[in-house]
Amino acid sequence: MRRRVIFRGKLLPYLLLAPQIAVTLVFFFWPAGQAIRQSVLREDPFGLSSEFVGLENFREVLSDPLYLNAVWNTAVFSTSVAALALGAALFLAVLADKSIRGAGVYKTLLIWPYAVAPAVAAVLWLFLFHPAIGLFGRALNAAGIAWDFKLNGAQAMLLVIFASAWKQVSYNFIFFLAGLQSIPRSVLEAAAIDGARPARRFWTVVFPLLSPTTFFLLVVNLTYAFFDTFGVIHALTGGGPGKATETLIYKVYVDGVQNLNLGGSSAQSVILMAIVIALTAVQFRYVERRVHY
Amino acid sequence: MRAPEGIAPAEEAAAAAASARRRRLLDRIWTHGWLILGVLVFALPIWITLVGSTHDAATIGRGEVPLLPGPHAAENYATAWTQGGGRFRAAGAAAMLWNSALMALLIAAGKIAISLLSAYAVVFFSFPGRMAFFWMIFITLMLPVEVRIIPTFQVMVDLSLINTMAGLVVPLVASATATLLFRQFFLTIPDEYVEAAKMDGAGPLRFFRDVVVPLSVTNIAALFVILFIYGWNQYLWPLLVVNDRSLETIVVGLSKMIGTGDAQNEWNTIMATAVMAMLPPVAVVVLMQRWFVRGLTETEK
Amino acid sequence: MATLELVGVRKSFGSVQVLHGIDLSVADGEMVVIVGASGCGKSTLLRIVAGLETPTEGRVLIDGRDVTPLEPADRDIAMVFQNYALYPHMSVFDNMAYGLKIRRVPRAEIRRRVQETAELLGISSLLDRRPRQLSGGQRQRVAMGRAIVREPRLFLFDEPLSNLDAKLRVQMRAEIRRLQKRLGVTSLFVTHDQTEAMTLGDRLVVMHQGRAAQIATPMEVWARPADTYVAGFIGSPAMNFLDATLAEEGRAAALAAGPVLRFADGPRPGPEGRRIVVGVRPEHVHAAPGDEGGLPLAIELAEPLGSETVLHGRLPGGESFTARLPGAAAPQAGAVLPLRLPADTLHIFDAETGLRLDPRA
Repeated sequence: MRRRVIFRGKLLPYLLLAPQIAVTLVFFFWPAGQAIRQSVLREDPFGLSSEFVGLENFREVLSDPLYLNAVWNTAVFSTSVAALALGAALFLAVLADKSIRGAGVYKTLLIWPYAVAPAVAAVLWLFLFHPAIGLFGRALNAAGIAWDFKLNGAQAMLLVIFASAWKQVSYNFIFFLAGLQSIPRSVLEAAAIDGARPARRFWTVVFPLLSPTTFFLLVVNLTYAFFDTFGVIHALTGGGPGKATETLIYKVYVDGVQNLNLGGSSAQSVILMAIVIALTAVQFRYVERRVHY
Repeated sequence: MRAPEGIAPAEEAAAAAASARRRRLLDRIWTHGWLILGVLVFALPIWITLVGSTHDAATIGRGEVPLLPGPHAAENYATAWTQGGGRFRAAGAAAMLWNSALMALLIAAGKIAISLLSAYAVVFFSFPGRMAFFWMIFITLMLPVEVRIIPTFQVMVDLSLINTMAGLVVPLVASATATLLFRQFFLTIPDEYVEAAKMDGAGPLRFFRDVVVPLSVTNIAALFVILFIYGWNQYLWPLLVVNDRSLETIVVGLSKMIGTGDAQNEWNTIMATAVMAMLPPVAVVVLMQRWFVRGLTETEK
Repeated sequence: MATLELVGVRKSFGSVQVLHGIDLSVADGEMVVIVGASGCGKSTLLRIVAGLETPTEGRVLIDGRDVTPLEPADRDIAMVFQNYALYPHMSVFDNMAYGLKIRRVPRAEIRRRVQETAELLGISSLLDRRPRQLSGGQRQRVAMGRAIVREPRLFLFDEPLSNLDAKLRVQMRAEIRRLQKRLGVTSLFVTHDQTEAMTLGDRLVVMHQGRAAQIATPMEVWARPADTYVAGFIGSPAMNFLDATLAEEGRAAALAAGPVLRFADGPRPGPEGRRIVVGVRPEHVHAAPGDEGGLPLAIELAEPLGSETVLHGRLPGGESFTARLPGAAAPQAGAVLPLRLPADTLHIFDAETGLRLDPRA
């Protein structure tokens, strides 16, 4: 944590820190504090005065069926995105890790979707699955499946899950590939000499050795699904139809920005902060464990 | 335990070798097959988008989705470039691309600059409050924009930063990840360099400029790629802070073009805009792949 | 060119005191080697001279001027680091020129001085290279060049040879000595290697647990070690130590095992019955002529080195003992060899304090 050799200087370190700390205070700590403050206040309809209401906003939020709906949506959405993106990435990484011709080309062709913005990914998938003009949307309808994600909530959820996972696979792929490449060849060779067939080798040797990477990616994927997919949902379904794809983040946005319900939105923000802190703590413990490893 | 395998008779050995060869060949086909399928799944949406951007609006609107490019590429891109896509023609892609590029560059450069400085202070100096400041920066990891939308917006209003480039950029330049990365790297700089610099008569700022920054070049490059993409792909923040069309970024502009997703929209020009919105960050990833992979795996340590 | 003086230098890190008051004065142009095992405080002492550490107590004077409160850069000294500390992103030229640039030496002057120094060290052809393109020996030369080019009043060397392989180390050792003599710059050299210390230094400072156990010329340290630590540290193979008591009114030592060793004529190291330690260097031991009896060494291991043979074994009292005999025709393991320990080569130390009790003063 500390260097043995350092510079002397009384004012300089503070000057060096000043820009970062200024931005942090003004745009992070102050708003976060405001969120906590507003979460226990209620404004009158004209925004002229506010009164302290304690945990009333939280009680209201947590007993709101629409909020519970958002919790459920978030749970379904996040676990599906994480499972899908992790599974596909692991499968492709195992294949790409084999010493085959063109491994580098496959790698390049598989990692670029990382650069596509979530909202742009949404537009691409919208165009593919549009019930009237989309290649797949029309094909599904032609096959007798009534496909219209603008009317069918389950279909809308399916679409945002696929669009979100599609973009995240490349990130996971990069980490799985790095994890696979850091497994010593000699361990695999020893397993091969012990007579383990490839599939068995994977589940008994490779997968356990990858578990730190997998766990780390699980946390990252959940964080991604929670926060970074706002663009996908906003551009693709707008939370609909009938709030079928409204996640926690999306609801904060809707309640705060569109409905201007400050107290409720702030209470939701505070709940989300608690979730992020929990996720970060899990991640940090993991990092620490890996340091001692 | 199987019986010890002696040396097999010649024909048996040959048969075993042939079957092993066959197995290897099958394995190779299986591997390439799945990888190609994977590549196609990733490429297909892009291909359809490219195709969509080369037909006229009527063809797409009728639902006759072609699989091969059409003849209207030039006019679609020209329209999207100057006037924008879709029926509403919010802003030309040229202006939006410029905004996105400026925002992404400023965010990446700003994050790198202030992270370098603060990591340098935390690592190379000892001063009261050092750890408190470090934790302050660290905690920002737990406060993504998404969880403090409304109060941050109010701060922006108070500082009259709404509808300004500064408003788009400044709140996003604080970076715990970049600071942590540089801190990690600075801790590996040998003590002897600092001592040699002291003997040479270099003060802290000189050492920063002449030794620390040049040594950090690879880290800076790797981080730049990641942060450029991060900046380019910002969505919620520009959506909140900007409603002036002259400051619209291409990612937000694109999603606004879709409107309600009406089939009768001008999908050809929307797709042309989508291609242009993807191109810069994808090009950065593909061209700077080595930096990108490194940046990604290093920042997450 | 300068003199260096350390007055009562003490240093503590927290509650741990690593230097217990060091006094040393180095003459103009002299090369003093600070030698000791790791953790003895030798590097801390050097860093205090460099100004990289502040002493808890005491003063550092260069040319009679107190430089204790000065920053390293203001002391006009140069240092060669153990890992060379060459900036990896700068060329050899820039590495050597960096200190001069900071001191705003005119560009032409920098060029001239770097080139002269490079010539002196035989690295003129490497000036455009980066450190990672150099071999270990070449890096070592660049590190020296960086120090020399500054034309400082004082050179500090912090174990600069420890990262080189054995052959190169011997070669660079000779070269450093030659350069230092030629440039005549007062130098302080830290090492844990006693051979390096013996061959390089005009004088040695043998450090032990934060104290200067002995400050003297290499030959004096070897011939008259101040205590058992110095005696055991300098010389290879290390000196043998045997527990004994003074006998025959202080004119002889009675070994724990029985035999009595008579001292050469001269002052007596103390009264009869005093407990002492007798030190004998392995190279001073002879095989006793057949009829003389002598001290029987039960040989456990014989190492023939060609020109000499090193014998490891035990004396009757069970003490382990090493002897170095000329020639290869020595007895094998298992044999018993009677040894003679010449009276004028014995070192006598007090058993309590370990300090030298000189029978031959």
